Amino acid sequence: MEFSGVKRRKPWLIGDQRKASYPHSLQFYLQPPSENISLIEFENLAIDRLKLLKSVENLGVSYVKGTELYQSKLEAEIRRLKFSYRESLEDEYEPRRKDHISHFILRLAYCQSEDLRRWFIQQEMDLLRFRFSILPKDKIQSFLQDSHLHFEAISEEEKNLREQEIIASSTSLGGPKLELEYVYKIPFADALDLFRGRKVYLENGFAYVPLKDIVAIILNEFRAKLSKALALTARSLPAVQSDERLQPLLNHLSHSYIGQDYSIQGNAGKISLDQIDSLSTKSFPPCMRQLHKALRENHHLRHGGRMQYGLFLKGIGLTLEQALQFWKQEFIKGKMDPDKFDKGYSYNIRHSFGKEGKRTDYTPFSCLKIILTNPPSQGDYHGCPFRHSDPELLKQKLQSYKITPGGISQILDLVKGTHYQVACQKYFEMTHNKISQCGQMVFKEPNEKDALAPSGNVKRHIAAAQSQRSGMRPTLPITAQCRVVTTAFSASCLLKQYSRLSSSVQG
Amino acid sequence: MEPFDPAELPELLKLYYRRLFPYAQYYRWLNYGGVVKNYFQHREFSFTLKDDIYIRYQSFNNQSDLEKEMQKMNPYKIDIGAVYSHRPNQHNTVKLGAFQAQEKELVFDIDMTDYDDVRRCCSSADICSKCWTLMTMAIRIIDRALKEDFGFKHRLWVYSGRRGVHCWVCDESVRKLSSAVRSGIVEYLSLVKGGQDVKKKVHLSENVHPFVRKSISIIKKYFEGYALVGQDILENKESWDKILALVPETMHNDLQQNFQKHHSSLQRWEYLKKAASQCPSNIKNEKCGPWLEWEIMLQYCFPRLDINVSKGINHLLKSPFSVHPKTGRISVPIDLQKVDQFDPFAVPTISSICHELDAIFTSEAEKEENQAESDIKHRTRDYKKTSLAPYVKVFEQFLENLDKSRKGELLKKSGTMRETKMNYTKMNSLPCLPAYWKY
Repeated sequence: MEFSGVKRRKPWLIGDQRKASYPHSLQFYLQPPSENISLIEFENLAIDRLKLLKSVENLGVSYVKGTELYQSKLEAEIRRLKFSYRESLEDEYEPRRKDHISHFILRLAYCQSEDLRRWFIQQEMDLLRFRFSILPKDKIQSFLQDSHLHFEAISEEEKNLREQEIIASSTSLGGPKLELEYVYKIPFADALDLFRGRKVYLENGFAYVPLKDIVAIILNEFRAKLSKALALTARSLPAVQSDERLQPLLNHLSHSYIGQDYSIQGNAGKISLDQIDSLSTKSFPPCMRQLHKALRENHHLRHGGRMQYGLFLKGIGLTLEQALQFWKQEFIKGKMDPDKFDKGYSYNIRHSFGKEGKRTDYTPFSCLKIILTNPPSQGDYHGCPFRHSDPELLKQKLQSYKITPGGISQILDLVKGTHYQVACQKYFEMTHNKISQCGQMVFKEPNEKDALAPSGNVKRHIAAAQSQRSGMRPTLPITAQCRVVTTAFSASCLLKQYSRLSSSVQG
Repeated sequence: MEPFDPAELPELLKLYYRRLFPYAQYYRWLNYGGVVKNYFQHREFSFTLKDDIYIRYQSFNNQSDLEKEMQKMNPYKIDIGAVYSHRPNQHNTVKLGAFQAQEKELVFDIDMTDYDDVRRCCSSADICSKCWTLMTMAIRIIDRALKEDFGFKHRLWVYSGRRGVHCWVCDESVRKLSSAVRSGIVEYLSLVKGGQDVKKKVHLSENVHPFVRKSISIIKKYFEGYALVGQDILENKESWDKILALVPETMHNDLQQNFQKHHSSLQRWEYLKKAASQCPSNIKNEKCGPWLEWEIMLQYCFPRLDINVSKGINHLLKSPFSVHPKTGRISVPIDLQKVDQFDPFAVPTISSICHELDAIFTSEAEKEENQAESDIKHRTRDYKKTSLAPYVKVFEQFLENLDKSRKGELLKKSGTMRETKMNYTKMNSLPCLPAYWKY
């Protein structure tokens, strides 16, 4: 029999069938979607998820992850974009389906380079961590099973037998809470990060992991799986990209992850040398402010400082000629011979602008790079003050910058918790609210006010300079420093916040 | 025991490799039951020949090939490496990047030189019966953890021939472990951290992990005899100053005064323990109470592992039953049941067992008539007549356990296959039933 011209109706899943296809509000994205969707829906899903991941990133910088404020804001964002998050809500089919499909679409866009992959994995992990944290405890077991993770919770008797040992091993537990906690028995090799630091009880080749620690393991598994999947996707990407309908969309998506590309010379020429002094106190981040001050005072900066500050100035719009003039003027004041400057230092400045050697137009350092690499030693002024300064000295500095005592203690708390970028964020809020609230202090020069107008040139330029993400070390041991990574890393553009905040402050 | 003269090595080795080296057992070990194809053939060996000539990527087809080559080359030292993706002796013919180390036993190397800062009797390559207890404690602590915490079943401990011990963990799953997990295991087993410029090398947290607790109870059994009597670590001001460096400054005066009053390390240690438990625990950043006592014990007695030996899958380690060219001692397996009685100075040297063999051979040859027959018989039983025998027996016990495990695994696998077959036949018979009922 032949059937021709009969259009196949797309089967609509009803009730239970819909629930069965997405039994949980979160997933590991193990199976790609197999349905057909329209191009419009394809595009919309991708854009929505991109918005979501960017929110995840921004919230991760502005607030300490895991705190109530962070959680509620993230939940609001997920709800607004109509993605799935909570287990117990009715008719979760559409949001879960959206979540599923959009993830796989973005895989296509973000598998192409190491940077893109890293960013994508980081945001997806943060999202998963949040969703897992609000999963009710009794649903966890079935979720793990459905995700083919061989983690079994042990029975009460087994737990009681080992109670002392488990409590003695796990730092995340405290005292009698063990009765309320689930404890999972997993092969020791799957709990590498826990057992290597003796943070878990081992018996006969198994690690007895309390619920809190299981999250870290699950996230590691997720990261490993996603990383592999992205590598595979990258390999099969040429076939996808050959589809003309998809190519422009995928390209657009992967370029918009950072919002603005601050490496392009579009900013050049928008700043004049005499503005720098006033800008340094009003609008520079503390790291650059301190470098500028040191340069003015000592008429010299060492290599680390020259790199960090020099590239920043380029990022906010200094041209090569301006830069050469700026550094030369300052160094000459330090009794340096102009010829010596030309011989020793101007080459390096030209090199960083991409005019010498291999002609790479270097981008300004990201917060991450400044925090993690090349710590300053005696005589250096580079680095991140929140990371590299002694807390006492930092306090004094903030006091001299006229930050309120309440603000200072908030900042110091964040620093203690190694949330360096959030601390810098706070600093920005403190300094800029002040300016807007205090009526007469607002703008001394009319062009400054103009500069802070809707286009927000100056602010954006300064914000722009600190935006690039580069140079993250691929693997970091999970030590205290790793917490820096997880908080610092999530900012692709910390000072982007400066501009966003300033525009919101302006109203 | 016959004194060992390194100059005689070439001749001694010739005899050793012809008549004494336990090839059958050795092959039985590394072949692992022949379950995986080419496992032995892809194993790397390295030989150090006379005049320090070092050759890597040696591999052999089977036991007799191994025997022939070893007898031909007469190696001074034999090291065992990893099982590779291809025959190591053909690695040059393999496409670049395709020749990879795939599996290897998890190995540990504990060297007495790493304890020079805490032993007073010897230093560097020297050992004596007083400091050997460090190895005894190390074996007990590490072995317990490997067995009880990690669940490893097949652990072979071997005397290195001069100043330390090695451990070979041969479980099937362990041989497949990645470098990262191996590093993690060494980290788990490490407590003593810091080099020459670090005075206090052990810092315990308030929460004492069961591994640490159990290790401390092992050390406690030996501490008095080893540290307080043998090493006499609180004997005089010079020695007890080293201990004071590990103790909070606030306690120094009190301890100095009272140490003068006591007459032995034992008494002084008792006093230190009492003082530690009494000091107020609200001193910031300084620990008192039992932690202090434990930290000192651990610094003086806890095993020190070399992470580089354990983490690399392709790392080469001295083979059991090879000879140590400087001492002449054979690298013999250590009987875990008799760890406390193990005496490194009683381990046979190559000269002593060759001498033993000569003595037996001359007396037996007088009796034997058929020379050719006796030669073969001799070859298979020769080591048994020397002091090497008990050590080969320990090795054989280890091999028995490996075999038993392997058979158990195979049975399990075939058992599940049989089960599914039976279920299948049951299912097939079911549809017949309704049909039968019809009638």
